[in-house]
Amino acid sequence: MNREELKRALLDELNGIAPEIDVAALIADKPLRNQADLDSVDWLNFLVALHGRLHIEIPDADAAKLTTLDKLIDYCAARITA
Amino acid sequence: MIEFRLPSLGADMDEGKLLEWLVKPGDAVKKGQIVCVVDTAKAAIDVECWHDGVVHALLTEPGTTIPVGTLMAALREANESPAHVDDLLSALRAKEVAPKVTAPPPMAPHVVTAAPVAAARQRVSPAARRRADELHVDLAQVTGSGPDGAITILDVETAARAPTPTAEAAPAFARPTTRAEEMRKVIAAAMARSKREIPHYYLAEDVPLAIASAWLAAQNARRNVTERLLMASLLLKAVAAALERTPELNGFWRNGAFEPGTGIHLGVAISLRAGGGLVAPALHDVPRKDMDTLTRELLDLVKRTRAGSLKSSELSNATITVTNLGDEGVAAVFGVIYPPQVALVGFGRVTERPWIVDGEIRAIPVVTASLAADHRVSDGHRGGLFLAALRDALQEPEQLAKGKP
Repeated sequence: MNREELKRALLDELNGIAPEIDVAALIADKPLRNQADLDSVDWLNFLVALHGRLHIEIPDADAAKLTTLDKLIDYCAARITA
Repeated sequence: MIEFRLPSLGADMDEGKLLEWLVKPGDAVKKGQIVCVVDTAKAAIDVECWHDGVVHALLTEPGTTIPVGTLMAALREANESPAHVDDLLSALRAKEVAPKVTAPPPMAPHVVTAAPVAAARQRVSPAARRRADELHVDLAQVTGSGPDGAITILDVETAARAPTPTAEAAPAFARPTTRAEEMRKVIAAAMARSKREIPHYYLAEDVPLAIASAWLAAQNARRNVTERLLMASLLLKAVAAALERTPELNGFWRNGAFEPGTGIHLGVAISLRAGGGLVAPALHDVPRKDMDTLTRELLDLVKRTRAGSLKSSELSNATITVTNLGDEGVAAVFGVIYPPQVALVGFGRVTERPWIVDGEIRAIPVVTASLAADHRVSDGHRGGLFLAALRDALQEPEQLAKGKP
């Protein structure tokens, strides 16, 4: 899975838990939760969805650092190839 | 005979439009099964039936708007014959002026029984329905291109682009109201009623969360993402624990008297981002659930609310509402009670604040909890006891996380 495919998968899952947000308008290097208006419940739902889609485990301590779409893609890319 | 009626869906939803039946005459129905989908100002709701039985007759046509309490279908119990139920149904319908049910009256109940309801069904995905609202597209005029002729978002957008002479000719004020406007209207009505009728009083308390935060972090450090816990669900457990000490905050004001809730069912205020508005579906029997169960249910409830697939039981019987605006960053929230409930609990943001611990100033996580309550039922003293119980419960998170048998 390349970065573009990974990004599409992430946005797809984001859309799944928050169907009303316009994922195309998200800016990849700006805080994601602010832009998408995700509360703590949405955020955990998103992480669970990613886990289901990509089969990667994101420890609680790491999750807090994944503030932007770019950081999420980097993190997932490293975990998938690892 | 089992009478299946449109259940109450909350103070701000007193009518609904039947979108489709998911059962047909002759089908066996299990208690809790979803039998139809009803559209309201807020969302399309999956309506459950609370009895086992066999569908005898469907009495409401899809597309019809009906008030809460309308007899929508008749079901046969295991030991009843169709002829017997026909008789009972005829007698019942002769007594009730069945609203908006089409003509051939009690003389020919079989006509209704045999009506091919499915033929009239129009399949529309929830997303397409929402898009149609935004674009003011009349779904009845759209031809579906999806599976089984279902209307897709693309169909709606194509229809919106096609020039319709009627739309051009229509004066501006004839524009149909959107779902967002409709929702704002019903919220306005319920909140205005609340402020008009309920003498609110407000209390607030800062609750230290050092112990709770540390406990949660330790739990989550060793849990997989699918088992992780949330502060939001611990706060809900604390509300439920405190309500057990002050039951007069849990229930309804009806016919000039307080009616205690049967069970503690917490309505969770969830904001709907698209177009604004909010809905407060219930988490049932919160004291009985452990943190794991409650967290999974909360996650599921929020996800389904966003996707527009709530069940009628979740909208009908919350005994109190909890609003958590912490994630939006406000320090505290003083809510408006959702009638006929008698209290609302609010949480602001969890922040590190200076706090005196053992005579020293330390930085610890703190949340401001608030209570808005109905002075006809309780007073400030009892409200204060509630917030104190809430604060104390959060100092023993491990105990709080357990479900009671």
